[in-house]
Parts: sequence; C-alpha cells; structure tokens
Amino acid sequence: MLAEILQSLPQVLVDGIALGAIYAVIALGYTMVYGILELINFAHGEIFMTGAFIGVAMLILMTGMGWLAAMPAILALILVLVVTSILTGFMGVGIERMAYRPLRNSPKLITLISAIGVSFLLQDLVRFITEYKRGNYILTGPSMFNEKFSIKFSSISSSFSDAFFKTSTLILIIAVVIMMIGLDFFVNKTKWGMAMRAVAQDRETASLMSINVNKVISLTFFIGSALGGATGVLFAVQYGTIDPYIGFILGLKAFTAAVLGGIGNIRGAMAGGLMLGILEMFAAANLQILTGGIFGAEYKDVFAFAILIIVLIFKPEGLFGKAVTEKV
Amino acid sequence: MGIKRGLKVLAASALSLGLLAGCNASGGSEGGSGGGSGKVIKIATQTPLSGGSATLGESIKLGAQLALEENKKKFEDLGYKLQLQPYDDQADPKKGVANAQLIGSDKSILGVVGHLNSGVSIPSSEVYEKYKVPMVSPANTATEVTDRGLKTVNRIVARDDFQGPAGADFAINKLGAKKIFVIQDKTAYGTGLADAFKKAAEDAGAEILGYEGITVGEKDFNGVLTQVLSKKPDLVFFGGLYTEGGQLIRQARDKGIDIPFMGGDGMDSSTLVEIAGDAVQNVYYTSVAADASKSSDGQAFSSKYKEKFNKNVESYSAYGYDSMSVLLKGLEAAIEGSDGDLPSREKVAEEVRKIQDFQGVVTKVGFDDIGDNKFAKVYIYKFSEAKYPGVQEGEISK
Repeated sequence: MLAEILQSLPQVLVDGIALGAIYAVIALGYTMVYGILELINFAHGEIFMTGAFIGVAMLILMTGMGWLAAMPAILALILVLVVTSILTGFMGVGIERMAYRPLRNSPKLITLISAIGVSFLLQDLVRFITEYKRGNYILTGPSMFNEKFSIKFSSISSSFSDAFFKTSTLILIIAVVIMMIGLDFFVNKTKWGMAMRAVAQDRETASLMSINVNKVISLTFFIGSALGGATGVLFAVQYGTIDPYIGFILGLKAFTAAVLGGIGNIRGAMAGGLMLGILEMFAAANLQILTGGIFGAEYKDVFAFAILIIVLIFKPEGLFGKAVTEKV
Repeated sequence: MGIKRGLKVLAASALSLGLLAGCNASGGSEGGSGGGSGKVIKIATQTPLSGGSATLGESIKLGAQLALEENKKKFEDLGYKLQLQPYDDQADPKKGVANAQLIGSDKSILGVVGHLNSGVSIPSSEVYEKYKVPMVSPANTATEVTDRGLKTVNRIVARDDFQGPAGADFAINKLGAKKIFVIQDKTAYGTGLADAFKKAAEDAGAEILGYEGITVGEKDFNGVLTQVLSKKPDLVFFGGLYTEGGQLIRQARDKGIDIPFMGGDGMDSSTLVEIAGDAVQNVYYTSVAADASKSSDGQAFSSKYKEKFNKNVESYSAYGYDSMSVLLKGLEAAIEGSDGDLPSREKVAEEVRKIQDFQGVVTKVGFDDIGDNKFAKVYIYKFSEAKYPGVQEGEISK
C-alpha cells in the first residue's frame, strides 16, 4: 500500500502544487477583502472567471490577427496578463463602489447577499456575451506552452515514478510565486501597504490618522481582483477550456483555503491554498488504495473538507491566524 | 383601462372560439363515416426547438416533416389530409408534459414523433399512454423508456444496456484491450453506461484495473489520471459527457497517456473535438446514430434534405424521418383495417407495434413486445484526426 502511494507521489505533488497555486492566489483575494472589511466577497470567484474569459478572448483575437505567431508566446502571455489584470482590477473596484460601499453600514448579511447577487449577475453576463459571440458558452483557447517535460524521480530512487508536466504548469507556478512575493512585499514594506494594514486593524482610528479609508479599500479590491483575473488567464492556459461556472467551485475551495490558513492572513492564504491543492490531488490519486476500494476519487472533496473541519475544531483561527479578540 | 378590458374580451372570445373549433373538429372526425375527403389527420413532433439542443431537436422535426410531405399524396388517395403539428418541449420535462396534454386533447392528432431527451420522454409518455397516442422515439436510449411496458411507447434506436456491452465487445475483441480503467461522472447516464460496460468487459474476461468517479463541473482530473498512469491499462473507458470527456482526454495526453480512450454517445459532439484538440486522436465512441453518408439510401436522403431545407443533416435527421415513416405505415395499416374510416388512436398504436419488417433510410425497424427495435444497432466511431464526426469503425447488432 505504502509503496504504491510513494510511487505516484512525485506526480501528485506536481499536479497538487499547480492546482494549489491557483487556489492560493484566489484565496488571497478573499482574505484581503475580509481582512479589511470583514466581508466575504463571494463575487471573487466570478472575477477570476471573468479574467479567464477576457484572457482567452484576447488570445483568440491575437491569433486571428496573426500576432500570436509573430511574437514569442511568453511575451504575448505577459501582455495578456497585464491587460487582463488591469481590467479585472477596475472591475473589482467598480463592484465595491456599486454593490458594497452603499451597504457598508448595513448588517453583514445584507452585503453577503449583495455579493452573491453580483456573482450570479457576472456568470450570466459572461454566458450571454460568449453565447452571443460564439454560439456556445464553453470556450476553448488557442493551445500554448504544450511542450512536455518529465522529472526523472525514478533515477533518485526506484520507489518513485517520473513526474510529467508541461511548460504551462511551470509558467503557472512561477507566475504565482512572483505574484505572491510581490504582494507580500507590497503589504509589508510600502507606505500603501502600511495604510492597508492600519485600515484592517481599525478603520475609524486610521481615518483619524489622515488615511483615506475609501481609497485604501478601493486599492485592496483592485489588487485582489487584478491577481484573481491574472490567475484566471493562467488557469485558462493550463486547462484549455473554460465556462462561466468555473468560478463557483474554485471560489468555494479558495475560500476554504483562506479559512484554513486563517482568514485575513495573507501568508496563511498562500499556505492554505497549496495545502488544499496537494491534499485534494493526493486524495484523488490514493483514496481507493487507502480505503481498500470503498471510497473512490469522487470523494476527494469530502476528504479535503473533513480535514478542514478537524483543523477548525482544534484551531478555529486557522493554521496561521492569530486568535483575535473582538474589536471594541 | 379601456384597452386592457378590450384585450381581455378579445382573448376570452378567441379562447371560446378556439374551443368551439376544437369541438367541431373532433366531433366531425368521430362522426365521420363514409369516405368524405378532406378529413385532417395530424401527426405531432415534440423536440427541443429552442435552447441548447435546438439544433438536434430541429433536425428531428425537419426529418419528420420530410417523411410526412412525401406521404401526403398516398393519404389523400385514402381520403385524408396529413398535417404536421410541431411542439417545442425545450428539453424540459415540465414543458413536455404540458404539450403532451395538448396533444392528448387534440383528437385529430394520431401520433407523436419524439422526444430527443429520455428525461422528457419518460413523463410525457405517461400522458400519451393515458390518451392512447402512439409515440415513436428517434433518439431515447434510457432503458426505462420502454421497460415500463407501455402500449404506446416505441423507439427505433438502441438501449443504454446494449450500448455499454457493445463498446466492451469492440474494446476487447477489436482493440485487444485486456486491462481496462473505467471512469464515470456520477450522473445517472454516466454511471449506468460505465456499469454496463464494466460488467460486459468483466464477463468477456478483461481485467478492470480501476473504477473511479469525477465531478461534473470540475476542470482538473489529474488525480484520477495519476492512477491511470501508475496502473498502466490498455484502454480507458469514460462514462460521461463531452465537456468532462474532452478535458480528461487532453490532460491524459499531457501526462503521456497515449492509450485509446473510449466513451458513449455522450462524447458524440463537435465540442469534444474543440476542447480536446489534437489530443482527440485515438479516441473511440459508441453512438446509437448511424452515419447517413455510409449508405446510398442515406446519401439520397441527405441530398433531398439539403435541397429542401438548405441545411446539412445532423446525426438524428434520418432518425426523425424513419420514425415518421414507421408511424405513417402503422397509420396506413389502421386505415385499411377500418375500411377507410378514421381509425381510433388505439388501433393506430396497435398497428405501429405490429410492424416487424420496415426498411428505413438508416435503420431497419421491427418492434418487440415492449416497443424496442429488434434491428437497432450500435455504431463505433474513431477520431483519427481533430475533426468531427469521427470515422465509422464498425457496427454491432444484437
């Protein structure tokens, strides 16, 4: 049993890190907004989805005009990433301005419902536009970065098998690492980052210290949504096909990852995302072996969420969260 | 206010007029004795004409329309005027049942060609049975459609519990697969098909290395594929639809899994090719629909269809045509049996079920006692390049 699990471990790790990296960046969006507003922005999964659609639309457009063949693929991807993240960033700011700010002093349940409303609105809007333009709401982008690699784990020890992946996996992981380090630097080392942390700690006092609270909140939404949109593009390049409903399940899992790491904690969200991705992949590959064929791969989510519940029972503030006392 | 009231009055009067007209029509046809010409017989079609599967639904309707128009002359000689009455079931069981009630209450409708979806067919046919309206389905594969033993329900395509074993037979005997990995999508369709395949494959002596499930709507199936990679099967069977199937195939090829994949009619879609791209090579699928361009009859039908509607045939166009032809043959027999009088629906249903040896464009039709077609076949297609549809590799009959 153990030998079998060990055998597939390298492959599980590679796939798990790729999926986990996506969860981690989306989880950042949830955790940043929650840290500042104590609002669960359920529309964040849909911002990710919209980013994926904008990115694929741009790639299709560029292919049609022959640009994609003319420039190096990596340059095209960076261009698409930048444009998409700016667009989704402004979208996030707009959503906050219209759907959350007017409700900022209402009970939390009201903003939650507003967030769910926005997410349905975005799903159907994207579906309508895609169906109108392409006749089908399932969209497949041009295939890029398809070169395959394998890491020869078997040469280290015969109890491992080789891990296969493609260039896009590598690009995804590198891009996510750059985004996470950048954000960490921004929040911890810059003036605006300090303002964000101040508003997160106490909005009223921060405003007395001549911090423009609304601006800081807008900035938070911009960064979170830009990262989400960029991840959408990376997701579309990695998995090829997208539909308007990808944001729901992924968003839910990323939210879980944020809770797992301690919601409101940026480094926690990154760790939580990675953990959830690897856990899920491990469960899908090994549940049948572990349970002697009683449970199959279809129960991977149950497995991951059960672990989440256990963590929350014993450490309700999440793995990396600090136990906060209620603000007075 | 005035306009509103006026509208109401108008609507009410239109409704009552309609009712009166309905009474007249039915009264006339029931009381019609002797061979008075111009009596109207309507045949309904019920398929999705709007929404996601409208292309398939419309192709069935157009096929049926073509068959009806070709038979018009014959029925005029018998003293009846044939008419097509298309209904849109929107692939929605509720809508299908509501339409079925309308069909049941329109006494001049003597038969139904439909539906596309088994899920709509099953509840709607309960209503047809109540009103004794014979139904011939061009596309339903769920076993439950005929397993209820209703007198009015017939189909001309193969059943799901035939499709799975047919696939298993092909995989083992033609492709030489000995070790098989089965994946299903946990839906009624996917699990049913995968189970039928698995059982038949085991009976034929193949080894099932794994039986795993995936979740509809997810995009990352690498975990399951890692198992496939480590178990090294000869073939992967997937019970599910083209969206997940396409992703699964694509991700498998990325992992270097180059063995053949196989699926059911849920994979029979051009979207599969769009999603999987070049990875679709070496993928087989079973389908209940024959490739019309394979036979000379089918080619003649395709060109007739193209000429009349200026559209290319879809997989079920010819099945719509054949369903209508079978229904009209039953109707003709019923009219002859009643000496030219308008036959009862019961009589038509009886005559349709009695058909044993009818050669259609794509399929031969002979019904058994629960309404399944004894001559229904399952067809095997293969993608050797990223182009839809695949190439027909073989056909399997019972």
